[in-house]
Amino acid sequence: MKKFISILEAGKLIHDGDTIMIGGFLRCGSPEKVIDEIINNKIGNLTLIANDTSFPEYDRGKLITNKLVKKAIVGHIGTNPETGIQMHAGELEVELVPLGTLAERIRCAGAGLGGFLTPTGVNTVVEKGKAIIDVEGRKYLLEKPLKANVAIIYATKADPYGNLFLDGTTRNFNQVMATAADVVIAEPDEICDEPLNPAEITIPGIFIDYLVK
Amino acid sequence: MLSKEQCRETIARRVAKELSQGDVITLGIGLPTEVANYIPHNIHVIFQSENGLLGVGPHDNHAGNKPKITNAGGVPVTIRPGAVFFDSVMAFTMIRGGHVNATVLGALQVDEKGNLANWMIPGAFVPGMGGAMDLVVGAKKVIIAMEHTNKGKPRIVKKCNLPLTAAGEVDLIVTERAVIKPTPKGLLLKEINPLFSLEEVLQSTEADLIIDETLNQKII
Repeated sequence: MKKFISILEAGKLIHDGDTIMIGGFLRCGSPEKVIDEIINNKIGNLTLIANDTSFPEYDRGKLITNKLVKKAIVGHIGTNPETGIQMHAGELEVELVPLGTLAERIRCAGAGLGGFLTPTGVNTVVEKGKAIIDVEGRKYLLEKPLKANVAIIYATKADPYGNLFLDGTTRNFNQVMATAADVVIAEPDEICDEPLNPAEITIPGIFIDYLVK
Repeated sequence: MLSKEQCRETIARRVAKELSQGDVITLGIGLPTEVANYIPHNIHVIFQSENGLLGVGPHDNHAGNKPKITNAGGVPVTIRPGAVFFDSVMAFTMIRGGHVNATVLGALQVDEKGNLANWMIPGAFVPGMGGAMDLVVGAKKVIIAMEHTNKGKPRIVKKCNLPLTAAGEVDLIVTERAVIKPTPKGLLLKEINPLFSLEEVLQSTEADLIIDETLNQKII
């Protein structure tokens, strides 16, 4: 049986200065309650790894608006003007990563790999500081694994074993982030008493440390 | 002169003709999304969205406050029969792995070598590359759909001076004025819109254009 915790207990698992992964693609599939708890507790100096910084008044975007993030490692910031403002003011460091590369870097950390070679970013500013490796006549960048202290992920349904089902396009980065952090907190919309159908599980419960009630 | 709407429709209609039965297509945000409106009814294509959906349908106006099915712009969408949901790793396995037949993207600049700049203007506009760099490298065909100039300033240039999205990956450029194909010898002018003269097309293009022997004055 998995450890079920309250939202208050979830908040205590996240600390000032942590590197945190948060699932969601814009507003779809974001663990909103745990994000609000981080804001309530004013946990700051965070390094945020996510698809994007969402919108100023929603989910991950509120962490930016509340100035709790010192560095964002994301693929897109265009929907949150506050991210751009803080970046240009030198208050927020932003590392922009092509989204396919971001997903695969997280996968490497979760899958025990030392990195991967991708053609994405060759001959662009993305190649700066990276090893360029020739394989069978094509150039690739060596990209390294990306892991976090805490991953906070959304789920549509959870069972007592921590197995998760994610509906529609809510999977996005939630699925891979569940594999790549020291502590993984899932925020399900619904907790079922019975086990989920094994054939319809999106994320196996072994990756989940805590479920927020 | 074409209005902004007429420009966009001309471009979207012409791009739609490039798509074939069974193609898996990823459309960029903005003008490229309008291509979906002009696909002939007898051609079935599958729209892929980088947030984890194959089989994107029209917008869903009844999705409620917390939609569970959106496109990459965060807009609630319906799904087509045969649709599939997946995570970001799978989405980019499709994109980077060459399983997407064509992508249609906007551009800030395209140059004579088929280089593309479409993700930032340093100091002014820095939205991030999102999935564009992966798409341009991985899709089998990269079609750029854009207005020929930016308020009169050429977008088809000799050499991009904005940060590149990728080098040498553009396969076709479609504007309201012309259809242009990057080749090893340079940019080949294949079609012009008869509403414009050849001279007008050449004057609004900074890059050198090679005029195709079979130049077709029918963009639509």
